[in-house]
Amino acid sequence: MKLGMRRAAIAAIAVLGFGGMAAHAQPDVKVGFVYVSPLGEAGWSYQHELGRQALEAALGDQVETRYVDNVSEGADAERVIREFASSGHDLVIATSFGYMNYVERVSQEFPDVQFLHATGYKDGANFANYNARFYEGRYLTGVIAGHMSETETLGYVAAVPIPEVVQGINAFTRGARSVNPDIEVRVIWTNSWYDPGREREAANTLLAQGADVLTHHTDSTAVVQAVEDSDRTAWGVGYHSDMSEFGPETHLTATTHHWGDYYIDVVESVIEGTYAPSNLWGGHAEGMIDIAPLNDAVPADVAAEIEDLQASMRDGEFHPFTGPVVNQAGEVLLEEGAVMSDSDLNQMNYFVEGVASEFPN
Amino acid sequence: MLDWPIRIVRRDRPLARMRYLSPLMAIVLMMLTGMLIFLALGRDPAEGFYTFFIRPISSLYGFGELLLKATPLMLCGIGLAIGFRANVWNIGAEGQFMLGAAGATGVALTFPNLPAFLLLPLMVVSGALAGMAWGAIPAWLKTRFNANEILVSLMLVYVAGFLVSWLVFSPWRDPMGFGFPQTEMLSSAALLPRILPGTRLNIAIFLAIALVAITWIVLQHTAIGFRLRVTGRSRSAAGYAGFSIQRAVWIGLLCGGGAAGIAGMTEVAGPMGQLTDKIALGYGFAAIIVAFLGRLHPLGVLLASLLMALLFLGGEQVQQHMNLPKSISMVFQGLLLFYLLGADLLVNYRLKWNG
Amino acid sequence: MDSGLIQEVVSATLLAGTPLIIAALGLLMNERAGVLNLGAEGMMSLGAVYGFIAALSFSSPVLGLAAGLMAGALVAGGFALLTITLQANQVASGLALAIFGVGLAGFVGKPYESQSLKAVGEWSIPLLVDIPWLGPIFFQQQPMVYLSWVLFGAVWWFLYRSRSGLLLRAVGEDPAAAHAIGRSVVGVRYLAVIFGGALCGLGGACLSIFYAPMWVEGLIAGRGWIALALVVFATWRPFRVLLGAYLFGGVLIAQLFLQGSGVKISVPSQLLSSLPYLATIIVLVLISRDSRRIRQHSPASLGRAFRADE
Repeated sequence: MKLGMRRAAIAAIAVLGFGGMAAHAQPDVKVGFVYVSPLGEAGWSYQHELGRQALEAALGDQVETRYVDNVSEGADAERVIREFASSGHDLVIATSFGYMNYVERVSQEFPDVQFLHATGYKDGANFANYNARFYEGRYLTGVIAGHMSETETLGYVAAVPIPEVVQGINAFTRGARSVNPDIEVRVIWTNSWYDPGREREAANTLLAQGADVLTHHTDSTAVVQAVEDSDRTAWGVGYHSDMSEFGPETHLTATTHHWGDYYIDVVESVIEGTYAPSNLWGGHAEGMIDIAPLNDAVPADVAAEIEDLQASMRDGEFHPFTGPVVNQAGEVLLEEGAVMSDSDLNQMNYFVEGVASEFPN
Repeated sequence: MLDWPIRIVRRDRPLARMRYLSPLMAIVLMMLTGMLIFLALGRDPAEGFYTFFIRPISSLYGFGELLLKATPLMLCGIGLAIGFRANVWNIGAEGQFMLGAAGATGVALTFPNLPAFLLLPLMVVSGALAGMAWGAIPAWLKTRFNANEILVSLMLVYVAGFLVSWLVFSPWRDPMGFGFPQTEMLSSAALLPRILPGTRLNIAIFLAIALVAITWIVLQHTAIGFRLRVTGRSRSAAGYAGFSIQRAVWIGLLCGGGAAGIAGMTEVAGPMGQLTDKIALGYGFAAIIVAFLGRLHPLGVLLASLLMALLFLGGEQVQQHMNLPKSISMVFQGLLLFYLLGADLLVNYRLKWNG
Repeated sequence: MDSGLIQEVVSATLLAGTPLIIAALGLLMNERAGVLNLGAEGMMSLGAVYGFIAALSFSSPVLGLAAGLMAGALVAGGFALLTITLQANQVASGLALAIFGVGLAGFVGKPYESQSLKAVGEWSIPLLVDIPWLGPIFFQQQPMVYLSWVLFGAVWWFLYRSRSGLLLRAVGEDPAAAHAIGRSVVGVRYLAVIFGGALCGLGGACLSIFYAPMWVEGLIAGRGWIALALVVFATWRPFRVLLGAYLFGGVLIAQLFLQGSGVKISVPSQLLSSLPYLATIIVLVLISRDSRRIRQHSPASLGRAFRADE
């Protein structure tokens, strides 16, 4: 009981943004987390922070964790990562793409330290990467959006055109058009992962142009809030985190990331001495991807349809990019019934049919 | 008028000694304020002082990082100092830095097979030229259309950011990089050789020091240096000295842009090893403080860049080990400049007690 | 584009320009008194963060605005001490304030990072809102839009219709003469600088309380610098500040509407994103090319220190 309260207190401090270190007696494993953005109450880094807290909660005194947030992906990041490696940490977890090359260099310098890197494509003897199949959640939220949209126009506020973002836009579009083939999706690029002012402007623009379900691939809650604050009848779909508290009335659902179980698995195997670096791209089956509880406005039959889809994704029976996959020009890129390979997914550089905006080059 | 207890009285002539003492006063004041900040946050000021100022350089690696971080600050700072001497307010070194990084990357990507002894100098030159080109825009708009160089050079920082972003997203995107916004890793010939085993320190520090030395000689011993100084003091006197303000604007912005461009080159060819949209870390802005703190004097710039580098490293250490936000670095930097500007009063004035 | 969409664009433009107007009106006043304060970005950042914290803590947007205003005024007071009393270089001091303010705002705002406020609804002005087509654009806006119009009117009236405004302008034009007739140049400049800081703080608070409405590090995102550019663009005249801010906001909003329209445009989005900054440069060039006009309108002593005993 007492211990639980202490953890709760630590978690509370951590949420305030100043936490990080818990003074346990002689832990078995020390883990350092590097986050790219300042920790808020939702978003990419926040989900990793929840994972870190789950790790502490599950393994108690066996693990000691620290984190640094707001670490830019420039050359300074290498020093921060190295500082963890050189100060007695057994495992360093770097949670943004831009850290990849620094992690590679530092991992070669510290062969006795294990490194994990999120969303990259490189690995090494003591260096593995992990990522989640965000597009699975995107497809589901697209299905819901397709059912809920009256105007048949959906809006998407996106940061920058990398394959992960493009996958999301395409999966969302395919999901929506699987239930209403007349849907079109409009995209506004903000050219920044984290610029709530511009995200809100973009959301308001899409609303003014008739989109009635909005989602985003940026790091703030601005889009969900803009929908909530708008006088129009529209719905918001969150990303990274359950953002319902930012849109109590209009938040339909969200694609949510869950890293805790993975971190716990890795650290447990490190403690047991059975850890061997291996890359992982996990989705519903691995518990890394889910969607937030649905808004009450979502009809029961839609909710049931979503549950079926989720079950079939967990079983590996359904893949959102199952052919035919048709691009904007109407060319069939993947034949009916075929499932897109991971490497094709990772190099996605086109929009599918149904996205109204031009693919940025 | 109010009757202040202290009056400010002009000295008969400027106290030269104060020009060198006031930076030291500013540093001491900044450190004292820093201790107060730690105290106010309920932290042990001694621990804060140690973590901020000593711990970053208590290892060989840390020492290497200090010089590595000081290199672009020194380069940007020396370029800005030249312009500031002539009252040419280039505050867009950050953008010129980005262009320099892009210029150097362009050469490295175009000629991947050149040997290092050709490729590296070529990258330095192209980085400098690209930075100069970016500096030439405000210079041209100032001399031709009278547009304020402070604002134009600053707006161009944002444009430079989008330009680099476009480069790494479109034409220069690594085809094997899964679509991420980055160029391929530069060939080993395009990387600056490291000079201190176990650290990231590379030969760019010598380049920076050499540029500082050359600037010193030029400013001290040539007519250009003299004229720039004169222009800075008085625009009409510059006319008598046979030197147009227009030329001062061009020299100031081209030197500033060129040096910042070289700094950008040292970042891609040094710790980055590639161009990404995260290349700029605020060196161009921090260099403004470097230039002032260094009294617009080359030797001063060299020392100031080391101090400013320490402030960056210290902020990071305080973040990582004391869980304080690293924006504390910028608070320290701003304070330092405030104190310096305040202390400078004592160069020309003295305080006199009333009564 | 249909007429409803044009209404949307104009309405969003007014909103986007408003924080800039408020800050730029303040800067205009202190520049009219002959003091150049380049610290706008820092003052806006501090106004935004303290305004946000107060609005959140007291659940009161009005207290938030007051806190933002005071934060801006306070640091501007420090700037005034440095540049007016201690005679420090105005450009350098302003840059120091910009860096210090942004840093301190990030530091102070850390525990509030990405927290949000409940949005303040739009206010409809009775009767006026019923004007066909124009009513919903101009008279169904967030309160800060009306606030910016009131401030505009007040600044205009002060500068051109009040005796104090005359003194302020005289101090900016010829401080020695103002001093000679027994006016306190130092006092006027102090007040003008503090007023400028207060409005910058207020503009920042409007961003974090009305526009975003949230606090994140880097929220100001260069708007302080753009406000400074607006003052030059406006050749130190209030009405043109209004015009310039709406022009800037218009470019910003138009590029979003273009992207969101679904029209196939093969222009890189980075180019669209840089349009507002390019537009600022172009407008600066257009306005500055006639150097006589700039000289005619710019306060003659702008940026220069004044000492009575010289």
